[in-house]
Amino acid sequence: MLNTNDILETIKMISDEHLDVRTVTMGISLLDCADPDGKKACEKIYRKITEKAKDLVKTAEEISATYGMPIVNKRISVTPIAMLLASAPDADPVWYAKTLDAAARAIGVNFVGGYSALVHKGFSAGDERLIRSIPEALASTEYVCSSVNIGSTKTGINMDAVKMMGPIIRQAAELTQERMCTGAAKLVVFCNAPEDNPFMAGAFHGVGEPDCVIHVGVSGPGAVRAALAKLPKDASLDEVAELIKRTAFKITRMGQLVGRLASERLGVPFGIVDLSLAPTPAPGDSVANILEEIGLESCGGCGTTATLAMLNDAVKKGGVMASNHVGGLSGAFIPVSEDDGMIKAVERGSLTIERLEAMTAVCSVGIDMVVIPGDTDAAVISALIADEAAIGMVNTKTTAVRVIPAIGRKEGDVLDFGGLLGYAPILPISPFSPAVFVNRGGRIPAPLQALKN
Amino acid sequence: MKAVITVSGKDKVGILAQICTACAQANANVEEVTQNIIAGMFAMIMLVDISHSPLTFEQFTEKLAAQGKALDVDVRCTRQEMFDAMHRI
Repeated sequence: MLNTNDILETIKMISDEHLDVRTVTMGISLLDCADPDGKKACEKIYRKITEKAKDLVKTAEEISATYGMPIVNKRISVTPIAMLLASAPDADPVWYAKTLDAAARAIGVNFVGGYSALVHKGFSAGDERLIRSIPEALASTEYVCSSVNIGSTKTGINMDAVKMMGPIIRQAAELTQERMCTGAAKLVVFCNAPEDNPFMAGAFHGVGEPDCVIHVGVSGPGAVRAALAKLPKDASLDEVAELIKRTAFKITRMGQLVGRLASERLGVPFGIVDLSLAPTPAPGDSVANILEEIGLESCGGCGTTATLAMLNDAVKKGGVMASNHVGGLSGAFIPVSEDDGMIKAVERGSLTIERLEAMTAVCSVGIDMVVIPGDTDAAVISALIADEAAIGMVNTKTTAVRVIPAIGRKEGDVLDFGGLLGYAPILPISPFSPAVFVNRGGRIPAPLQALKN
Repeated sequence: MKAVITVSGKDKVGILAQICTACAQANANVEEVTQNIIAGMFAMIMLVDISHSPLTFEQFTEKLAAQGKALDVDVRCTRQEMFDAMHRI
Protein backbone atom coordinates (compact mmCIF):
# COMPACT_ATOMS: atom_id res chain seq x y z
CA MET A 1 0.00 0.00 0.00
CA LEU A 2 1.27 3.43 -0.92
CA ASN A 3 1.07 6.06 1.77
CA THR A 4 1.21 9.28 -0.20
CA ASN A 5 2.15 11.47 2.76
CA ASP A 6 5.07 9.23 3.77
CA ILE A 7 6.45 9.19 0.24
CA LEU A 8 6.10 12.92 -0.26
CA GLU A 9 7.68 13.56 3.14
CA THR A 10 10.75 11.52 2.20
CA ILE A 11 11.07 13.17 -1.22
CA LYS A 12 10.76 16.61 0.39
CA MET A 13 13.35 15.79 3.06
CA ILE A 14 15.85 14.87 0.34
CA SER A 15 15.09 17.54 -2.25
CA ASP A 16 14.35 20.57 -0.04
CA GLU A 17 15.80 19.86 3.40
CA HIS A 18 19.27 18.53 2.56
CA LEU A 19 18.68 15.07 4.03
CA ASP A 20 21.59 12.85 3.12
CA VAL A 21 23.90 10.13 4.31
CA ARG A 22 26.92 12.18 5.27
CA THR A 23 29.49 9.46 5.01
CA VAL A 24 30.10 5.81 4.32
CA THR A 25 33.46 5.12 5.94
CA MET A 26 35.42 1.93 5.51
CA GLY A 27 37.63 1.10 8.47
CA ILE A 28 40.74 -0.86 7.50
CA SER A 29 43.21 -2.39 9.93
CA LEU A 30 46.83 -1.82 8.94
CA LEU A 31 48.31 -3.84 11.79
CA ASP A 32 49.47 -6.49 9.32
CA CYS A 33 51.33 -3.83 7.31
CA ALA A 34 53.88 -2.99 10.02
CA ASP A 35 57.46 -3.49 8.87
CA PRO A 36 60.87 -2.39 10.21
CA ASP A 37 61.57 -1.08 6.71
CA GLY A 38 59.38 2.02 6.31
CA LYS A 39 59.32 1.84 2.52
CA LYS A 40 58.11 -1.75 2.62
CA ALA A 41 55.46 -0.84 5.18
CA CYS A 42 54.21 1.93 2.87
CA GLU A 43 53.99 -0.50 -0.05
CA LYS A 44 51.91 -2.89 2.06
CA ILE A 45 49.66 -0.05 3.23
CA TYR A 46 49.02 1.15 -0.31
CA ARG A 47 48.29 -2.37 -1.50
CA LYS A 48 45.93 -3.17 1.35
CA ILE A 49 43.89 0.05 1.13
CA THR A 50 43.55 0.00 -2.67
CA GLU A 51 42.57 -3.68 -2.57
CA LYS A 52 40.03 -3.51 0.28
CA ALA A 53 38.41 -0.24 -0.80
CA LYS A 54 38.62 -0.57 -4.57
CA ASP A 55 34.82 -0.81 -4.94
CA LEU A 56 33.84 1.53 -2.10
CA VAL A 57 33.13 4.65 -4.15
CA LYS A 58 31.41 2.77 -6.98
CA THR A 59 29.20 0.82 -4.58
CA ALA A 60 28.20 3.92 -2.62
CA GLU A 61 27.33 5.72 -5.84
CA GLU A 62 25.24 2.79 -7.05
CA ILE A 63 23.29 2.71 -3.79
CA SER A 64 22.86 6.46 -3.97
CA ALA A 65 21.45 6.27 -7.52
CA THR A 66 19.16 3.32 -6.84
CA TYR A 67 17.60 4.68 -3.69
CA GLY A 68 17.60 8.34 -4.63
CA MET A 69 19.53 9.07 -1.46
CA PRO A 70 22.59 11.32 -1.66
CA ILE A 71 25.73 9.82 -0.06
CA VAL A 72 27.95 12.86 0.28
CA ASN A 73 31.29 11.39 1.35
CA LYS A 74 33.13 8.12 0.95
CA ARG A 75 36.03 7.81 3.33
CA ILE A 76 38.66 5.50 4.74
CA SER A 77 39.80 5.22 8.34
CA VAL A 78 42.92 3.26 9.23
CA THR A 79 44.82 1.98 12.26
CA PRO A 80 46.62 4.86 14.03
CA ILE A 81 49.83 5.22 12.01
CA ALA A 82 51.89 5.75 15.19
CA MET A 83 51.43 2.03 15.92
CA LEU A 84 53.07 1.12 12.61
CA LEU A 85 55.84 3.66 13.14
CA ALA A 86 56.74 1.96 16.41
CA SER A 87 58.28 -0.95 14.53
CA ALA A 88 60.13 1.25 12.00
CA PRO A 89 62.46 3.48 14.04
CA ASP A 90 64.30 4.83 10.98
CA ALA A 91 61.27 5.60 8.83
CA ASP A 92 60.12 9.14 8.10
CA PRO A 93 56.49 9.40 9.29
CA VAL A 94 55.63 11.68 6.36
CA TRP A 95 56.19 8.73 3.95
CA TYR A 96 53.19 7.09 5.58
CA ALA A 97 51.07 10.23 5.17
CA LYS A 98 52.00 10.47 1.49
CA THR A 99 51.16 6.79 1.02
CA LEU A 100 47.72 7.29 2.56
CA ASP A 101 47.22 10.32 0.32
CA ALA A 102 48.18 8.39 -2.81
CA ALA A 103 45.89 5.49 -1.87
CA ALA A 104 42.99 7.91 -1.22
CA ARG A 105 43.56 9.52 -4.60
CA ALA A 106 43.70 6.14 -6.35
CA ILE A 107 40.36 4.93 -4.99
CA GLY A 108 38.65 8.31 -5.19
CA VAL A 109 37.63 8.86 -1.55
CA ASN A 110 37.20 12.33 -0.03
CA PHE A 111 39.36 11.84 3.05
CA VAL A 112 41.48 9.25 4.81
CA GLY A 113 41.70 9.42 8.60
CA GLY A 114 44.14 7.72 10.91
CA TYR A 115 47.34 9.72 10.84
CA SER A 116 46.89 9.43 14.55
CA ALA A 117 48.45 8.67 17.90
CA LEU A 118 46.76 7.52 21.09
CA VAL A 119 48.74 8.99 23.96
CA HIS A 120 46.18 9.41 26.73
CA LYS A 121 48.48 7.85 29.31
CA GLY A 122 51.89 8.32 27.75
CA PHE A 123 53.99 8.03 24.63
CA SER A 124 55.04 4.67 23.22
CA ALA A 125 57.60 4.23 20.47
CA GLY A 126 56.45 6.07 17.36
CA ASP A 127 53.94 8.38 19.07
CA GLU A 128 56.17 11.41 19.58
CA ARG A 129 57.67 11.12 16.09
CA LEU A 130 54.24 10.97 14.55
CA ILE A 131 52.95 13.97 16.50
CA ARG A 132 55.98 16.10 15.58
CA SER A 133 55.49 15.22 11.90
CA ILE A 134 51.80 16.18 11.78
CA PRO A 135 52.27 19.77 10.47
CA GLU A 136 54.49 18.64 7.60
CA ALA A 137 52.30 15.61 6.85
CA LEU A 138 49.16 17.75 6.59
CA ALA A 139 50.92 20.42 4.53
CA SER A 140 52.26 17.91 2.02
CA THR A 141 49.06 15.91 1.52
CA GLU A 142 45.55 16.69 0.39
CA TYR A 143 43.28 13.97 1.78
CA VAL A 144 44.96 12.94 5.02
CA CYS A 145 43.33 13.77 8.37
CA SER A 146 45.07 13.55 11.71
CA SER A 147 43.98 13.10 15.30
CA VAL A 148 45.61 12.70 18.69
CA ASN A 149 43.90 11.34 21.78
CA ILE A 150 45.40 13.05 24.81
CA GLY A 151 43.07 12.00 27.61
CA SER A 152 40.32 9.68 28.78
CA THR A 153 38.06 9.17 31.77
CA LYS A 154 39.96 5.99 32.65
CA THR A 155 43.46 7.46 32.39
CA GLY A 156 43.20 11.17 33.08
CA ILE A 157 44.86 13.76 30.86
CA ASN A 158 48.38 13.48 29.49
CA MET A 159 49.49 17.09 29.98
CA ASP A 160 52.85 16.46 28.29
CA ALA A 161 50.91 15.68 25.12
CA VAL A 162 48.60 18.67 25.69
CA LYS A 163 51.67 20.88 25.95
CA MET A 164 52.97 19.48 22.65
CA MET A 165 49.73 19.95 20.77
CA GLY A 166 49.45 23.76 21.11
CA PRO A 167 52.61 24.42 19.06
CA ILE A 168 51.75 21.56 16.66
CA ILE A 169 48.37 23.15 15.82
CA ARG A 170 50.08 26.51 15.27
CA GLN A 171 52.70 24.94 12.99
CA ALA A 172 50.02 23.06 11.01
CA ALA A 173 48.34 26.42 10.35
CA GLU A 174 51.65 28.20 9.63
CA LEU A 175 52.79 25.67 7.03
CA THR A 176 49.47 26.03 5.19
CA GLN A 177 49.13 29.79 5.65
CA GLU A 178 48.76 30.29 1.89
CA ARG A 179 45.94 27.73 1.78
CA MET A 180 43.69 29.30 4.44
CA CYS A 181 45.66 27.56 7.23
CA THR A 182 43.79 24.42 6.22
CA GLY A 183 46.32 22.08 7.86
CA ALA A 184 44.85 22.91 11.28
CA ALA A 185 41.34 22.17 9.95
CA LYS A 186 42.39 18.55 9.39
CA LEU A 187 43.81 18.02 12.87
CA VAL A 188 41.69 17.24 15.91
CA VAL A 189 42.74 16.65 19.52
CA PHE A 190 40.49 14.27 21.46
CA CYS A 191 39.63 13.16 24.94
CA ASN A 192 37.83 9.78 24.98
CA ALA A 193 38.19 9.32 21.21
CA PRO A 194 35.81 6.64 19.87
CA GLU A 195 37.43 3.82 17.88
CA ASP A 196 34.64 3.54 15.30
CA ASN A 197 34.00 7.16 14.39
CA PRO A 198 33.15 7.57 10.68
CA PHE A 199 33.45 11.38 10.71
CA MET A 200 36.52 13.43 9.85
CA ALA A 201 38.92 14.75 10.89
CA GLY A 202 38.83 12.39 13.86
CA ALA A 203 38.19 9.01 12.23
CA PHE A 204 40.64 6.21 12.91
CA HIS A 205 40.29 2.44 12.99
CA GLY A 206 40.67 1.23 16.57
CA VAL A 207 42.61 -1.88 17.51
CA GLY A 208 39.48 -3.60 18.82
CA GLU A 209 37.80 -3.35 15.42
CA PRO A 210 37.65 -6.17 12.82
CA ASP A 211 40.08 -6.23 9.88
CA CYS A 212 37.69 -4.32 7.65
CA VAL A 213 34.32 -2.76 8.50
CA ILE A 214 31.73 -0.30 7.17
CA HIS A 215 30.46 2.57 9.32
CA VAL A 216 27.80 5.05 8.33
CA GLY A 217 27.30 8.61 9.52
CA VAL A 218 23.89 10.17 8.95
CA SER A 219 22.99 13.81 8.79
CA GLY A 220 19.83 15.87 8.57
CA PRO A 221 19.67 19.07 10.66
CA GLY A 222 17.63 20.61 7.82
CA ALA A 223 14.97 17.91 8.10
CA VAL A 224 14.72 18.34 11.90
CA ARG A 225 14.44 22.11 11.58
CA ALA A 226 11.75 21.84 8.88
CA ALA A 227 9.74 19.44 11.05
CA LEU A 228 9.97 21.79 14.04
CA ALA A 229 8.94 24.78 11.92
CA LYS A 230 5.51 23.17 11.53
CA LEU A 231 4.93 23.06 15.31
CA PRO A 232 3.00 25.98 16.81
CA LYS A 233 5.15 28.40 18.82
CA ASP A 234 3.34 27.49 22.05
CA ALA A 235 3.79 23.72 21.69
CA SER A 236 5.38 22.35 24.86
CA LEU A 237 8.95 21.11 24.96
CA ASP A 238 7.60 17.57 25.45
CA GLU A 239 6.09 17.87 21.98
CA VAL A 240 9.28 19.38 20.58
CA ALA A 241 11.38 16.51 21.96
CA GLU A 242 8.91 13.96 20.63
CA LEU A 243 9.01 15.43 17.14
CA ILE A 244 12.83 15.49 17.11
CA LYS A 245 12.82 11.83 18.15
CA ARG A 246 10.46 10.86 15.35
CA THR A 247 12.49 12.72 12.74
CA ALA A 248 15.78 11.30 14.04
CA PHE A 249 14.26 7.82 13.81
CA LYS A 250 13.46 8.28 10.12
CA ILE A 251 16.85 9.78 9.32
CA THR A 252 18.66 6.96 11.08
CA ARG A 253 16.62 4.23 9.39
CA MET A 254 17.90 5.52 6.12
CA GLY A 255 21.48 5.33 7.39
CA GLN A 256 20.87 1.81 8.64
CA LEU A 257 19.51 0.78 5.22
CA VAL A 258 22.46 2.32 3.36
CA GLY A 259 24.97 0.72 5.75
CA ARG A 260 23.35 -2.70 5.41
CA LEU A 261 23.33 -2.49 1.61
CA ALA A 262 26.94 -1.28 1.44
CA SER A 263 28.04 -4.02 3.79
CA GLU A 264 26.24 -6.72 1.74
CA ARG A 265 27.50 -5.49 -1.62
CA LEU A 266 31.10 -5.04 -0.47
CA GLY A 267 31.14 -8.25 1.57
CA VAL A 268 32.43 -6.37 4.59
CA PRO A 269 30.84 -6.49 8.08
CA PHE A 270 28.58 -3.58 9.05
CA GLY A 271 29.99 -1.75 12.05
CA ILE A 272 27.88 1.07 13.40
CA VAL A 273 25.56 3.91 12.53
CA ASP A 274 26.75 7.20 13.97
CA LEU A 275 23.62 9.08 15.02
CA SER A 276 24.84 12.56 14.40
CA LEU A 277 23.27 15.77 13.29
CA ALA A 278 26.09 16.98 11.05
CA PRO A 279 25.45 20.43 9.60
CA THR A 280 26.72 21.88 6.31
CA PRO A 281 27.31 25.47 5.26
CA ALA A 282 24.17 25.25 3.06
CA PRO A 283 21.49 27.65 4.34
CA GLY A 284 18.95 25.79 6.49
CA ASP A 285 21.11 22.71 7.09
CA SER A 286 22.17 23.98 10.47
CA VAL A 287 22.15 22.82 14.10
CA ALA A 288 22.12 26.48 15.22
CA ASN A 289 18.92 27.01 13.19
CA ILE A 290 17.26 24.11 15.06
CA LEU A 291 17.98 25.82 18.40
CA GLU A 292 16.59 29.04 16.95
CA GLU A 293 13.52 27.20 15.69
CA ILE A 294 12.94 25.90 19.22
CA GLY A 295 12.79 29.51 20.35
CA LEU A 296 16.11 31.37 20.61
CA GLU A 297 16.63 34.72 18.91
CA SER A 298 20.19 33.73 18.08
CA CYS A 299 22.33 30.68 18.81
CA GLY A 300 24.80 31.50 21.58
CA GLY A 301 22.37 33.48 23.74
CA CYS A 302 21.05 32.21 27.10
CA GLY A 303 19.04 29.03 26.58
CA THR A 304 21.51 27.65 24.03
CA THR A 305 22.97 24.98 26.32
CA ALA A 306 19.53 23.80 27.49
CA THR A 307 18.03 23.55 24.01
CA LEU A 308 21.14 21.81 22.69
CA ALA A 309 21.06 19.28 25.56
CA MET A 310 17.46 18.43 24.73
CA LEU A 311 18.17 18.19 21.00
CA ASN A 312 21.18 15.94 21.56
CA ASP A 313 19.26 13.60 23.83
CA ALA A 314 16.21 13.40 21.57
CA VAL A 315 18.37 12.62 18.51
CA LYS A 316 19.94 9.67 20.35
CA LYS A 317 16.62 8.37 21.68
CA GLY A 318 15.05 8.47 18.22
CA GLY A 319 18.08 7.05 16.48
CA VAL A 320 18.93 4.24 18.84
CA MET A 321 15.73 2.34 18.07
CA ALA A 322 16.29 2.72 14.34
CA SER A 323 19.61 0.92 14.13
CA ASN A 324 21.15 -2.34 15.32
CA HIS A 325 24.49 -0.95 16.42
CA VAL A 326 25.08 2.63 17.40
CA GLY A 327 28.53 4.06 17.86
CA GLY A 328 30.99 6.72 16.83
CA LEU A 329 30.33 10.19 18.13
CA SER A 330 26.52 10.06 18.00
CA GLY A 331 25.15 13.46 18.88
CA ALA A 332 24.63 16.95 17.50
CA PHE A 333 27.78 18.49 16.03
CA ILE A 334 28.63 22.15 16.52
CA PRO A 335 31.41 22.87 13.98
CA VAL A 336 31.27 26.64 13.63
CA SER A 337 32.56 27.08 10.06
CA GLU A 338 30.48 24.16 8.77
CA ASP A 339 27.16 25.49 10.09
CA ASP A 340 25.47 28.41 8.38
CA GLY A 341 23.54 29.37 11.53
CA MET A 342 26.68 29.27 13.71
CA ILE A 343 28.61 31.45 11.23
CA LYS A 344 25.79 34.02 11.32
CA ALA A 345 25.69 33.83 15.14
CA VAL A 346 29.43 34.59 15.28
CA GLU A 347 29.00 37.45 12.82
CA ARG A 348 26.25 39.04 14.86
CA GLY A 349 28.32 38.60 18.03
CA SER A 350 26.02 36.23 19.90
CA LEU A 351 28.28 33.18 19.91
CA THR A 352 31.52 33.19 21.89
CA ILE A 353 34.15 30.58 22.57
CA GLU A 354 33.04 30.42 26.22
CA ARG A 355 29.47 29.57 25.17
CA LEU A 356 30.80 26.97 22.75
CA GLU A 357 32.72 25.40 25.62
CA ALA A 358 29.54 25.16 27.68
CA MET A 359 27.75 23.62 24.70
CA THR A 360 30.39 20.91 24.43
CA ALA A 361 29.43 19.64 27.87
CA VAL A 362 26.02 18.57 26.56
CA CYS A 363 26.55 17.57 22.95
CA SER A 364 28.81 15.57 20.70
CA VAL A 365 32.48 16.55 20.37
CA GLY A 366 33.70 20.04 21.19
CA ILE A 367 35.33 23.28 20.10
CA ASP A 368 35.15 22.38 16.44
CA MET A 369 36.20 24.35 13.35
CA VAL A 370 36.71 27.55 15.31
CA VAL A 371 38.99 30.17 13.77
CA ILE A 372 41.06 31.93 16.46
CA PRO A 373 43.36 34.96 16.11
CA GLY A 374 46.65 34.23 14.31
CA ASP A 375 48.74 35.60 17.16
CA THR A 376 47.19 33.27 19.77
CA ASP A 377 49.96 31.89 22.00
CA ALA A 378 50.56 28.13 21.70
CA ALA A 379 50.13 27.81 25.49
CA VAL A 380 46.62 29.29 25.20
CA ILE A 381 45.73 26.62 22.62
CA SER A 382 47.15 23.91 24.89
CA ALA A 383 45.15 25.22 27.84
CA LEU A 384 41.98 25.29 25.71
CA ILE A 385 42.64 21.62 24.87
CA ALA A 386 43.09 20.89 28.59
CA ASP A 387 39.77 22.60 29.41
CA GLU A 388 37.90 20.61 26.77
CA ALA A 389 39.60 17.37 27.80
CA ALA A 390 38.59 18.02 31.41
CA ILE A 391 34.93 18.34 30.37
CA GLY A 392 35.17 15.06 28.48
CA MET A 393 37.07 13.25 31.20
CA VAL A 394 34.71 14.21 34.03
CA ASN A 395 31.51 13.68 32.01
CA THR A 396 32.65 10.37 30.49
CA LYS A 397 32.09 11.68 26.99
CA THR A 398 34.08 12.50 23.88
CA THR A 399 35.34 16.06 23.60
CA ALA A 400 37.69 17.54 21.06
CA VAL A 401 39.42 20.67 19.90
CA ARG A 402 39.84 21.62 16.26
CA VAL A 403 40.84 25.27 16.14
CA ILE A 404 42.47 27.07 13.24
CA PRO A 405 44.84 29.92 14.13
CA ALA A 406 44.37 32.47 11.33
CA ILE A 407 48.07 33.06 10.74
CA GLY A 408 48.81 36.42 9.14
CA ARG A 409 45.16 37.55 9.21
CA LYS A 410 43.75 40.39 11.24
CA GLU A 411 40.52 40.81 13.17
CA GLY A 412 37.50 40.90 10.89
CA ASP A 413 39.11 38.60 8.30
CA VAL A 414 37.43 35.38 7.24
CA LEU A 415 39.04 31.99 6.56
CA ASP A 416 37.24 30.26 3.69
CA PHE A 417 38.13 26.55 3.46
CA GLY A 418 35.62 25.78 0.71
CA GLY A 419 33.29 22.79 0.40
CA LEU A 420 31.88 21.12 3.50
CA LEU A 421 34.52 22.72 5.75
CA GLY A 422 32.85 26.09 5.11
CA TYR A 423 34.12 29.47 6.26
CA ALA A 424 34.30 31.40 9.51
CA PRO A 425 35.27 34.78 10.89
CA ILE A 426 37.90 35.01 13.63
CA LEU A 427 36.52 34.40 17.13
CA PRO A 428 38.32 36.18 19.98
CA ILE A 429 39.90 34.04 22.70
CA SER A 430 41.14 35.05 26.16
CA PRO A 431 44.79 36.09 25.79
CA PHE A 432 45.67 35.74 29.51
CA SER A 433 48.60 33.39 29.83
CA PRO A 434 48.21 29.84 31.20
CA ALA A 435 51.90 29.16 30.42
CA VAL A 436 52.96 28.14 33.93
CA PHE A 437 50.12 25.61 34.18
CA VAL A 438 50.79 24.19 30.71
CA ASN A 439 54.56 23.95 31.24
CA ARG A 440 54.18 21.87 34.41
CA GLY A 441 53.53 18.80 32.25
CA GLY A 442 52.81 15.43 33.85
CA ARG A 443 49.35 13.92 34.06
CA ILE A 444 46.04 15.10 35.47
CA PRO A 445 44.97 12.02 37.47
CA ALA A 446 41.87 10.11 36.37
CA PRO A 447 38.73 11.25 38.20
CA LEU A 448 36.73 9.11 40.63
CA GLN A 449 34.29 8.43 37.78
CA ALA A 450 36.97 6.12 36.35
CA LEU A 451 36.66 3.72 39.29
CA LYS A 452 33.53 1.88 38.26
CA ASN A 453 34.57 -1.72 38.90
CA MET B 1 11.78 -5.43 -7.41
CA LYS B 2 9.41 -2.51 -6.93
CA ALA B 3 10.02 1.14 -7.57
CA VAL B 4 8.13 4.22 -6.47
CA ILE B 5 7.89 6.94 -9.11
CA THR B 6 6.96 10.46 -8.04
CA VAL B 7 6.00 13.04 -10.62
CA SER B 8 5.36 16.70 -9.87
CA GLY B 9 5.07 19.84 -11.97
CA LYS B 10 2.65 22.04 -13.87
CA ASP B 11 -0.41 20.13 -15.09
CA LYS B 12 -0.84 19.52 -18.82
CA VAL B 13 -2.34 16.98 -21.20
CA GLY B 14 -0.71 13.57 -21.35
CA ILE B 15 1.59 13.39 -18.31
CA LEU B 16 0.08 10.14 -17.01
CA ALA B 17 -0.07 8.70 -20.53
CA GLN B 18 3.55 9.50 -21.34
CA ILE B 19 4.93 8.21 -18.04
CA CYS B 20 2.88 5.03 -18.37
CA THR B 21 4.11 4.59 -21.94
CA ALA B 22 7.69 4.90 -20.73
CA CYS B 23 6.96 2.23 -18.10
CA ALA B 24 5.37 -0.05 -20.71
CA GLN B 25 8.36 0.36 -23.02
CA ALA B 26 10.59 -0.72 -20.14
CA ASN B 27 8.29 -3.69 -19.41
CA ALA B 28 7.50 -2.26 -15.97
CA ASN B 29 4.06 -3.16 -14.64
CA VAL B 30 2.12 -0.31 -13.05
CA GLU B 31 0.50 -1.65 -9.87
CA GLU B 32 -0.83 1.43 -8.20
CA VAL B 33 -1.36 5.08 -9.04
CA THR B 34 -2.48 8.01 -6.94
CA GLN B 35 -2.79 11.38 -8.57
CA ASN B 36 -3.85 14.85 -7.48
CA ILE B 37 -4.05 18.28 -9.02
CA ILE B 38 -3.70 21.04 -6.48
CA ALA B 39 -3.98 24.62 -7.78
CA GLY B 40 -2.80 23.61 -11.26
CA MET B 41 0.12 21.54 -9.90
CA PHE B 42 0.21 17.92 -10.91
CA ALA B 43 1.37 15.39 -8.29
CA MET B 44 1.44 11.66 -8.93
CA ILE B 45 2.86 8.64 -7.17
CA MET B 46 3.11 5.28 -8.93
CA LEU B 47 4.17 1.88 -7.66
CA VAL B 48 5.64 -0.21 -10.46
CA ASP B 49 7.08 -3.71 -10.62
CA ILE B 50 10.33 -3.70 -12.60
CA SER B 51 11.35 -7.32 -11.94
CA HIS B 52 10.76 -8.23 -15.60
CA SER B 53 12.28 -5.12 -17.11
CA PRO B 54 15.32 -5.63 -19.32
CA LEU B 55 16.68 -2.30 -18.01
CA THR B 56 18.80 -1.93 -14.89
CA PHE B 57 17.41 0.30 -12.17
CA GLU B 58 19.78 3.11 -13.19
CA GLN B 59 18.73 2.87 -16.85
CA PHE B 60 15.06 2.84 -15.85
CA THR B 61 15.57 5.94 -13.70
CA GLU B 62 17.34 7.73 -16.53
CA LYS B 63 14.63 6.84 -19.02
CA LEU B 64 11.92 8.26 -16.76
CA ALA B 65 13.94 11.34 -15.92
CA ALA B 66 14.39 12.00 -19.65
CA GLN B 67 10.67 11.57 -20.21
CA GLY B 68 10.02 13.99 -17.32
CA LYS B 69 12.38 16.52 -18.83
CA ALA B 70 10.52 16.34 -22.17
CA LEU B 71 7.26 17.00 -20.29
CA ASP B 72 8.87 19.68 -18.10
CA VAL B 73 7.92 17.89 -14.87
CA ASP B 74 10.11 16.54 -12.05
CA VAL B 75 10.28 12.73 -12.07
CA ARG B 76 12.05 10.77 -9.34
CA CYS B 77 12.39 7.06 -9.03
CA THR B 78 13.30 5.27 -5.82
CA ARG B 79 13.31 1.68 -4.58
CA GLN B 80 10.33 0.91 -2.34
CA GLU B 81 12.56 -0.42 0.48
CA MET B 82 13.66 3.12 1.22
CA PHE B 83 10.16 4.23 2.19
CA ASP B 84 9.50 1.00 4.07
CA ALA B 85 12.69 1.48 6.09
CA MET B 86 11.87 5.05 6.99
CA HIS B 87 8.20 4.78 7.79
CA ARG B 88 7.63 1.22 9.10
CA ILE B 89 8.87 -0.35 12.30
